[in-house]
Amino acid sequence: MELTTIWFILIAVLWIGYFVLEGFDYGVGALLPVLGRDEAGGAVTGETRRRQMLGAIGPFWDGNEVWLLTAGGATFAAFPHWYATLFSGFYLPLLLILVALIVRGIGLEYRGKVDSTTWRQRMDLMIVAGSALPALLWGVAFTNIVRGVPIDAEMEYVGGFWNLLNPVALLGGLVTLTLFLTHGALFVALKTDGQIRHDARALALRLGTVAAVLAVAWLTVMHLSTGNAASWVLAGLAAVALVAGLAAARGGREGWGFAGTFVTIALATASLFVALFPDVMPSTLDAAWSLTVENAASTQKTLGIMTVVAVVFTPVVLLYQAWTYWTFRRRISGHHIPTEVHHAAVTDETPRPVSAS
Amino acid sequence: MEGPLDAVDLARWQFGITTVYHYFFVPITIGLSLLVAIMQTRWMQTRDPQWLRLTTFFGKLFTINFALGLVTGIVQEFQFGMNWSDYSRFVGDIFGAPLAIEALLAFFLESTFLGLWLFGWGRIPEKLHAACIWLVHIGTVLSAFFILAANSFMQNPVGYAINQQTGRAELTDFVAVLTNPVQLVTFPHVVSAAWMTGGAFVLAFSLWHLWRDRTPAADRPMYRKGAKLGAWAVIVAAIVVMISGDVQGKVMTDVQPMKMAAAEGLYEDVPEGVGAPFSIITVGTLDGREEIWAVTVPKLLSYLATGSLEGAVEGIDHIQERYELTYAGSELTAAEDYRPVIPVTYWSFRLMMGLGFAGMAIALAVLWALRGRGDEHDETRLVGGRLWAWAGALVLFMPLLANSFGWIFTEMGRQPWLVMGLMTTQTGVSPGTTTAEVLTSLVVFTLLYGALAVVEVGLTLRYGRAGAEPVEADASYDPARRTDDDAFVFTY
Ligand code: HDD
Ligand code: HEM
Ligand code: HEM
Repeated sequence: MELTTIWFILIAVLWIGYFVLEGFDYGVGALLPVLGRDEAGGAVTGETRRRQMLGAIGPFWDGNEVWLLTAGGATFAAFPHWYATLFSGFYLPLLLILVALIVRGIGLEYRGKVDSTTWRQRMDLMIVAGSALPALLWGVAFTNIVRGVPIDAEMEYVGGFWNLLNPVALLGGLVTLTLFLTHGALFVALKTDGQIRHDARALALRLGTVAAVLAVAWLTVMHLSTGNAASWVLAGLAAVALVAGLAAARGGREGWGFAGTFVTIALATASLFVALFPDVMPSTLDAAWSLTVENAASTQKTLGIMTVVAVVFTPVVLLYQAWTYWTFRRRISGHHIPTEVHHAAVTDETPRPVSAS
Repeated sequence: MEGPLDAVDLARWQFGITTVYHYFFVPITIGLSLLVAIMQTRWMQTRDPQWLRLTTFFGKLFTINFALGLVTGIVQEFQFGMNWSDYSRFVGDIFGAPLAIEALLAFFLESTFLGLWLFGWGRIPEKLHAACIWLVHIGTVLSAFFILAANSFMQNPVGYAINQQTGRAELTDFVAVLTNPVQLVTFPHVVSAAWMTGGAFVLAFSLWHLWRDRTPAADRPMYRKGAKLGAWAVIVAAIVVMISGDVQGKVMTDVQPMKMAAAEGLYEDVPEGVGAPFSIITVGTLDGREEIWAVTVPKLLSYLATGSLEGAVEGIDHIQERYELTYAGSELTAAEDYRPVIPVTYWSFRLMMGLGFAGMAIALAVLWALRGRGDEHDETRLVGGRLWAWAGALVLFMPLLANSFGWIFTEMGRQPWLVMGLMTTQTGVSPGTTTAEVLTSLVVFTLLYGALAVVEVGLTLRYGRAGAEPVEADASYDPARRTDDDAFVFTY
C-alpha cells in the first residue's frame, strides 16, 4: 500500500479515536444540567449527581483530548497542505472550538477548587458550553470537508465564514451533538450507581432515537453525493449498531449500549473518510484544485519515518490508556462523594485556618 | 490589506502573546512536576509525613498551573495552520514531524499519567503511584525536546533540501534535525531553566510560610525542608543554565551572528586580537547606535561569542551588507532590513541573565540563613525580617520572567527571519486569512487569557497561602486503610 494511503487511514483512526473517546466526555459535560438535577424527595442532591458525572470522566478527559492534538500534529506532518488549508480556511469555527476547549478545560480543572455555589455554577456553565459547542461544530466541519468547499488553484479556501453554515452542515452538527449526548448518557449509565444511572439510561434512549433519525437522514444525503459502495456499507452498519446498542440499553445492558454508540461513531466517521478518499479536501470550484492524498502529502521520507514512529508507539499509548480505564473501572455511587467539602477545596467564605498537626 | 497594522503584524502579536503566555505555565509545570516527584519519593523513603504534606500541597499548586498550560497549548498546536499557512506549507515536511511525535510520545504520557496520579491516590499501589508523577515529568521533558527540535530548525535549518520544483523544504536527514547543534544546547538550557523556575516556586511559598508569624511551630520544620529543597534546585539548575547558556552563545554566533551582534548592539566589527567589551547597562539613543553612558566589562563579549578573550566579533552593519548581497535575490528571503529591533534584543538578553543571577543569589541567601541542623535557634533567623517576605515574593517571579525574556530574545533576535536564511516572517503568513479574522482572534485570545490569568493567580495565591494540609486527612492515601467509599482526594 502507498504510504500516503496508510497515513490517510492513520489520520482517520486518530479522528475516530478522538470522537469515540472525547465524544462521551463532551456528552457528559453537556448533560450536566439535565442529569445533574436534585432527585425528587431530595435523597440525592443535584450537586452530588454532578460530582458523580464529573468524577466518571475525571481521569480520562485530558487523555481523550490528546487524540485531537495528535490528529492535528499528524495532519501537519503527513499532509501539510491539508493542515494549512483546513485551519486557515475554517478560521472562525476553529477559533470557536479553541475557545470552547479552553473554557471547558478550565471549568473541569477549577470547579472543585473553590467551595462556593456561585463559583460551581459558573464553572458548570463553562463545562456545558465548552462541551456542546465542539460537539456541534465538528459535525459542521466534517460535513464541509467531505462535501467539498471552494478551494482555489493555490490551495486556499475562498468561501468565507457563512458558507460553512449550510443546511447539510448544520444537520451534520446536530448529528454529532445528539450522538455524543447519547454516548455520554450511556457512559453515565455505565459508570454510576443509584437513581442517576436509571435516569441516564432513560435519557439515552430518548436522545438516541433522535440521533438515529437525524443520522440516517444525514448519512443518506452525504453518501448520495459523494459515497461509494464501501462507504454505504459502513454507514449502514453504523445505523445497525446504533439500533442494536439502544435495544441493549433498553434491556438494561448499559455496557452493550455504550459499545453500540462507540461502534456507531467509529463506523460513521469511517464511512465519511472512505467517501472522501482519495481526496482530503475536495474543491467545489474545480476538481483539479482538490487537495488529495497525493498533492497534499509530505515526502516519502517523512511519511516513512512517521510510520515507524506510529507503529512503535501507538500500541504503547493504547496499552496505557486502556490500563487507566481498567484502573478506574468502578461505578461511582453517590456515597463516594463527600457531603462536606473535603480537603481538596479551599472555601470561598472563610480563609482556611492553617491547622497544626 | 495594508494599513497601520496588517495581517502579518497582527499574526505576530497573536503568536507572541499566546506563546509567551503558554510559556509562563510550561516552566512551572516542568519544574514543579520534578519537585513534586522528588517530594513523593522522599516520603516513600523516609515515611516522614511532612514530605507527604509537601507533596499534596505543591501537587495542588501544580495542577492549578498545569490546567492553564494545557488549555493554552491547544491553541499552539493549531496556530501554525491558522495564521502561518504558507509557512506550514513550506516547512511542513520537516516541522510537522516533531510536533506530531510530541503529541504521540509526550502529551499522551503527561495527560494519562497525570489523571492516574490525581485520581489514583490509594487506588493503585504506592510505588506505581509515585512512578506516575515521574512519568508526568518525563512527558514534559520529552515534550520540550520535540518542540525545541522544531524551533531549532527555525533558528538553524539543517537536514533538509529545497525541492526546486515545488519550492518547498524537504526532509533529507531526520537525525540531523533532532541533533541540530542549536537543539543540543537549547534543550539543556531550557529544561534546566524550567527546573530553576520550579525550584523558585517551592522556595517562594515555603519561605513565605517560614517567615509568617502565624505558621504553627510544628509546621516550621516542614517548610524549612521545602525551602531548602527549592533553594538547592534553583542553585543546581542555575549552574546548568549558565554553562549551557555560555555554549549557546557560541553556537549562536556561528549560526546567527546577527543575533549576537544585536544582543550587544555592536554596530562595527571588532577585529581579532582586540577583544569586544560587554556592557552591563547602557543609556543610549533609541536605536542603540549612540552610546551616552555605559558600564562595560572589557573583552567579555568576545569571550561569550567565541570562547576567546580576543576573538573577532562581526558588527551589525557588516552583517547587514553581507545579507543584502546574499539574500536579496529571492522573494522568500528578500528584506529591506535584516536587523532585529536592537533595544529589545539588548535588554531582553540582559534581563534574562540578570533575573537569573538575582534568583540564584536569593536561593544562596536562603540556604545560608537556614544552615545548621534546624533547631529552634536557626528558625528564629527568619522571623521578623520583612526582607524575607520580599525575597520570597521576588524569587517567585525572577526565573519565570528570565524564561520569558530568554524566549523574547531568541525569537525577536531571529527577525526578520521565520526560518533563518530560508524564509522571512512576512512571507509565512496565511494569504487567505483576513485582517478582520486575525484581529478577532487576537482580541478574543487576549481577553480570555487576561481573565484566566486573574483566576489562576487568585487560586495559586489562595492555595499557596492556605499552606499544606494536615496529615491526618491523607490517611486515605494508605491503600490498606482505604475503604471503597472514600472520596477521590483531588476530585472535582
Ligand atoms: C515551533 C516553533 C516555535 C516555538 C517552539 C516557539 N516559537 Fe516563538 N515564534 C515562532 C515559532 C516558535 C514563529 C512561528 O516563528 C514566530 C511567529 C511569528 C514570528 O515571527 O515567528 C514566533 C514568534 C515569537 C514571538 C514574537 C516575535 C515577533 O513576532 O517579532 C515571541 C515573543 C515568541 N515567539 C516567543 C516564543 C516563546 C515564549 C516560546 C516558547 C514557548 C516560543 N516562542 C517558542
Ligand atoms: C509553539 C510551539 C508549541 C506548541 C505547538 C505547543 C503545544 C502544546 C500543547 C498542545 C499542549 C497541551 C498538551 C496536553 O493536552 O496535555 C502543551 C503543553 C505543554 N507544552 Fe507546549 N507547545 C509549544 C511550545 C512549548 C515549548 C517551547 C515547550 C518547552 C520548552 C513546551 C512544553 C510544554 C509542556 C511541558 C506542556 C505540558 C504542561 C502543561 O500542560 O502545562 N511547549 N503544549
Ligand atoms: C549566564 C547566564 C545565561 C546565559 C549566558 C544565557 C544564554 C542564552 C542564549 C545565548 C540564548 C539564546 C539562544 C539562541 O537564540 O540561539 C538563551 C536563550 C534562553 N534562555 Fe538563557 N542564558 C542565561 C541565563 C538564563 C536564565 C537564568 C534563564 C531562565 C531561568 C534562561 C532562559 C532562557 C530561555 C527560556 C531561552 C530561550 C530558549 C533558548 O533559545 O534556549 N537563561 N540564553
